[in-house]
Parts: sequence; C-alpha cells; structure tokens
Amino acid sequence: MTGPDLLPSLQPSLQPSLLTHLLRQGDRALVLAQRLGQVITHAPELEEDMAIANISLDLIGQARHLYTYAGEVEGLGHDENHFAYWRSAEEFLNPQLVEQPNGDFAVTIVRQFFHDAYALHYWESMEASSDATLAALAARARKETAFHLRHSQGWVVRLGDGTDESHRRAQLAIDSLWRFTSDLASIPDETELHDSGVVPDSEVGERWRDTVVAALADATLDIPASTSTSTGTSTGAGTDMASSGWQGHHSSHLGPLLEELQALTRAHPGAEW
Amino acid sequence: MEAQDRFDAIIAADERIEADDWMPDDYRSTLIRQVAQHAHSEIIGMQPEGEWIPRAPSLRRKAILTAKVQDEAGHGLYLYGATETLGVERADLLDLLHSRKQKYSSIFNYPALTWADVGAIGWLVDGAAITNQVPLCRCSYGPYGRAMVRVCKEESFHQRQGFQIMLTLAEGTDEQKAMAQGALDRWWWPSIMMFGPPDTESVHNARNMAWGIKRYTNDELRQNFVDMTIPQAELLGLTMPDPDLRWNEERGHYDYGEPDWEEFMQMVRGEGEMPAQRIRVRKSAHDDGAWVREAAEAYAQKHEAAA
Ligand SMILES: [Fe+2]
Ligand SMILES: [Fe+2]
Repeated sequence: MTGPDLLPSLQPSLQPSLLTHLLRQGDRALVLAQRLGQVITHAPELEEDMAIANISLDLIGQARHLYTYAGEVEGLGHDENHFAYWRSAEEFLNPQLVEQPNGDFAVTIVRQFFHDAYALHYWESMEASSDATLAALAARARKETAFHLRHSQGWVVRLGDGTDESHRRAQLAIDSLWRFTSDLASIPDETELHDSGVVPDSEVGERWRDTVVAALADATLDIPASTSTSTGTSTGAGTDMASSGWQGHHSSHLGPLLEELQALTRAHPGAEW
Repeated sequence: MEAQDRFDAIIAADERIEADDWMPDDYRSTLIRQVAQHAHSEIIGMQPEGEWIPRAPSLRRKAILTAKVQDEAGHGLYLYGATETLGVERADLLDLLHSRKQKYSSIFNYPALTWADVGAIGWLVDGAAITNQVPLCRCSYGPYGRAMVRVCKEESFHQRQGFQIMLTLAEGTDEQKAMAQGALDRWWWPSIMMFGPPDTESVHNARNMAWGIKRYTNDELRQNFVDMTIPQAELLGLTMPDPDLRWNEERGHYDYGEPDWEEFMQMVRGEGEMPAQRIRVRKSAHDDGAWVREAAEAYAQKHEAAA
C-alpha cells in the first residue's frame, strides 16, 4: 500500500488537523441526522414530521460533503460511506450533545436548538475560511442552518411561553442537556487551523452563548444555575475538556445509535446499495 | 337551473365540481370517505419505510428514503386539505383513523422485513398507487384531482427509486439477490390486491364511474399494473411468484393467477398484530404530541391577544 495521496492545494502540515476537523463536523451532522431519522413518523403533527425530515436531510447532505472532502484530504481513497459506516464509536468525534436520546419533543427541540445555534455561528464563520472547499460548503450550509435555527428556536419560545406543562418540560430538557453544551464552547487543539485561517473564528462559543441567552429569556426559560459556578469555559457548562466528544469521548448512547446505523452495511462487506 | 341539474350537467360535460358548488350528499360523503382513506394511507404508509431510515445501508439511500417518507407526509397534508374543502377537519378524521372507524390501504399492514422490502414497496406499491391515481387526476371533484396531479409526479419518482434499489440488489451479491427475490415474493400478491376486489364483487364501481370519481374498474387497473410491471421484473431477472403468469397474444395482455382474496379480506378487516401495531404507533405519536399542539395554540392565543 502506498502512502496518502495529498491534495496539491493543501499545506502538508495542516493535513492531520484538517482531517480531524472535517470528521468532527461531519460526525456532528450525521449523528444528529440519525437521531432525527428516528423521530420521523413519531412527531406531534404531520407538519413536524415534514420539518424534521427536512432538517435531517440537510444534515445528511452536509455530512456527505464533509466526509467526501475528508476522503480527499486523507488521500487513502475512502468515500463518504467509509466514514459513516466503517468507524467505531471511539473513532467518532461528534459533540456528545447530538448523540443524546430523543426523549420527549422538548428534549428533541432543545437539543436541536442548542445545536443549531452553534452550527449557524460555525457556518457563518466558515464562509471566510481560507479553504475554498469549506468556504463554498459553508455558504450553502449557513442558509440551511438559518432555517433550522428559526424552526428550533421558534419551538423553544412556544414551549417555554406556551402552557405550564410545556414550560415545565422545556425547562427539564434544558436542565438535562445543559451539561453537554460545554463541547459547543470551543473545539480543543485547533490552533493551527485558526492560525492558517482555515477555521478563522475561535469565538463561535461566545456567539453561541449570546444567542442561547437571548432566546431563553424570550422563552421565559432559565439557564441552569451551574452557569455561575462554572470553571473557565464561556458557556459555563464546566465539563472538562478531557471528556469532550470532539476528542472521541462519548456517552453510552452513541454505541447503540451506530449499531443501528451500521448493522446492515457491515453485514455485507463490499456490497453496493 | 335546479342545483341537481347543474351538478348533472357539469358531470355530463366532464367538467369539475368545485368546493363551493352544490353537490348531492352521497357524492360528498363518498368523496370524504375516499379522500380520507387515501390521506390515512399516505401517513400510515410512512411507517414501514420510516422504520428503515435509521438502517439505510448508504448515506445516499438514507437521504432518498428520508425524502420519500417526507413526500408521503406531504401527500397526507394535501389530501387532508382536500377533505377540508368538503367540510371535514383533519383532527376529526385522525380521530376516526385512530379509533379504527375509517380505514387505510391494507397494503401497509404487511411488514417491511428487509432492506429489499423498501425497494419492493417503492417499485410495486408506489407503482400500483400511480396506476390507481393517474386517472384520479381527472376526478370530477376539482380539489381532489388537483392534489392528485402533484402527488402522482412524486409517486413516479418513488417508483423509479424503488426499482433502482431492486436493480442494485438483483445485480449484487448472492445474498442481496436472495433478499430482492424474497421481497418480490412477499409484495407481489398484496400489490395486485391493492386494486380491490374483482369487478364482479365490487360494490361501488358503477356509481363512482357515473360520478366521474372512478374512471376504470378494479380489474382494468389491475391489468394495467400487471402489464406495466412484468417487463420491469424481467429486467431485474427475478422470478415472479405466479406460475399462471404468461403473455396472452389474443388479449394483448398478461394472464395472471387468482390472488388469495380470503387473505385480502382479513387484511381489510384489520385482523392480526400488524394493523394493531400501525394504529398504536400513529396514536401514540398523536397522543404524545397533544401537549405540544396545546402549547403552540396557547402561545398563539397569548400573542394574538397581545398584538
Ligand atoms: Fe404518496
Ligand atoms: Fe409514494
């Protein structure tokens, strides 16, 4: 076997960190799409089945682009399906938030809102990436993500400011998911990518926090009290970086999710579908 | 002109009855029953395929299947929209579905056991649906006919995607080929029974033909479907599970065997575990979502009042 076939446009020293970055973002999109795929046909109304399917579709599309590009950057001839179907849970680099179970509609929506607020600021910043492939992808993904955020934020406000029951459920969802938001504050060890302008913005986390604080106030919902006693990170969720999903540390929920996603494909190695 | 005469004249001229036009009570209730059953079929039909979205074997197939199930939800929405023009609300029709007072196509009471079933459903079930629905684009009731135009375009896309899945499997490994043959064996007879009982036993054929709701009889549609599908099956190189199937030179059509109508009637009556499961899933989504719909309404009311 020969070594990787590097892209001529890519600075060789950036290759490992760019590959990791693409897998982190691709896994983020795919794992959340997979969770949403489990909701379709179980949504509170038909319009919601359609909206959730639509968001899931966009995320699958984003993951496919990111994985395809990851394959080019890696230079070993791997395609999108390799990264989705033939890696194990320890190799997945998504934030833990997106692997959390669907729960009730409040959990599904709050998880989506926390994610979308991150994803929108991420893609906005990536439009200025020095990497032309990523900048082009960001232009499209930003528009899609703006719709996703409008949808999830709209629901968070309606649930928070709806009935007593919906308020209670939304607050419970926030409280239970809050600890997973530390991953959204920043991605560790991407300094090289920041310095080279491939990932131009290192302050997505601050912007994420501003969006979340404003929307939750609008929704009459509270940010969990642990915020004020947090250590260091700007989101205040305070989980330490060693447990970050971006580094391959996961909750017990990722394994079964991947098992369902991958089982059929893995039962037929080499088959076309 | 009397209202009835005007209605008769529109039907005789093969023009469209619109929502605001007078129509006989029987015509209205027949349409409500048919369009509601059709809408229910679209949304129950999301289940067998929806179960495969998380398990789809490639990202491309996952995307295509997600889009398909989304389309079916959209079909349900247009059709419930058409029933609203006839004076019935979606919420009330859903209650009738959940309490099993209204039916859906019994084809969706069969389980999708393997990935190949997703292919067979697209190819055969959407194929049969198109055969049924293309004539409905000319239905005498305007809103239903127009909904069907949009639906049929998407169904033919589904049918091609389903065929593509079958073709890839049929050209694949021995295991994939066996998977495709198994799905064809399971779905062929149920598909041709989708056109309903034989003409000799169909109760509503004549009246619905006279009203321009139905354009062809059950057996005519079934024959169209068989004639369209056999050449496609030959392309796949799979074996049709009907030993009586052969080209009839004289008739210019394929002859085919007699379906098991007793099984069909069991399915229509909704006996057994699968129908119970389909309704259970639908009803739990609806019931679990009640607090969400209430919240949305409470929020809208608060903010309407404030505005
Ligand atoms: Fe449909
Ligand atoms: Fe369809």
